[in-house]
Amino acid sequence: MADAKGPAARPLSPHLTIYRPMLTMMMSIAHRITGAALYVGSILLAWWLLAAASGPNAYATFQSAASSSIGRIVLFGYTWALVHHMLGGLRHLIWDTGHGFGAAEREWLARANLAGSVALTIILWIVGGYLMGGLR
Amino acid sequence: MRTPLGRVRGYGSARSGTEHFIQQRLTAIANIPLTIVAVLIVISLIGRNHAAVAQILGSTPVAIVMLLFIISIFYHMKIGMQVIIEDYVHEERAKYLLLILNAFFAIAAGFSSIYAILKLSFGV
Repeated sequence: MADAKGPAARPLSPHLTIYRPMLTMMMSIAHRITGAALYVGSILLAWWLLAAASGPNAYATFQSAASSSIGRIVLFGYTWALVHHMLGGLRHLIWDTGHGFGAAEREWLARANLAGSVALTIILWIVGGYLMGGLR
Repeated sequence: MRTPLGRVRGYGSARSGTEHFIQQRLTAIANIPLTIVAVLIVISLIGRNHAAVAQILGSTPVAIVMLLFIISIFYHMKIGMQVIIEDYVHEERAKYLLLILNAFFAIAAGFSSIYAILKLSFGV
């Protein structure tokens, strides 16, 4: 029914602009946005692997880009998007089993998703940045 | 539940929605352990020089994990972006153009990554 004119003057179900923003709603949107961001970020993954396969010069170019301040900001965002989308995905997999839909549970899961993604991202960067002596 | 008009026009279920859903979940489940291992591999490679990175990425266990990781995430990514396009782009030409570009991008970026790992693994 792609070319059909929409039914006029009928009551429509309320859309995003009607609802008061809620954490669970924001987390749902964040899941989709982080997914789209990871899609774009996959270019960086492909670049890294191709640089490693191409030789020392190509790899040095990648390393200098990755360790620049913009590169670090992008990679930090990439890390957070990855962790957030993975934890959000775990939430969806829990829901797929039919659990976690209660008011308290879904709120708790949303908070755990957000807190967990921020905490894990910081931990990964501390481990990656200091313990391994990288990205000096 | 299609109307006769809808049936004539050929719109409606393509009978592939369930498969799509299952593939997205299957790759999502696979992504969890694969991404955890891939992130650990990446962390262990940060700051190392090219020779070390090339050697480790090309070693058999790392190469196999990275290949599985790439196949799973790029397939998951392609399905996910398809859902986003289908949700928001309703103009037919733009929608099909974006769906085609989505498939092209996922396949090109995915196979470039696979090629890189195979090259490292089999030697230059």
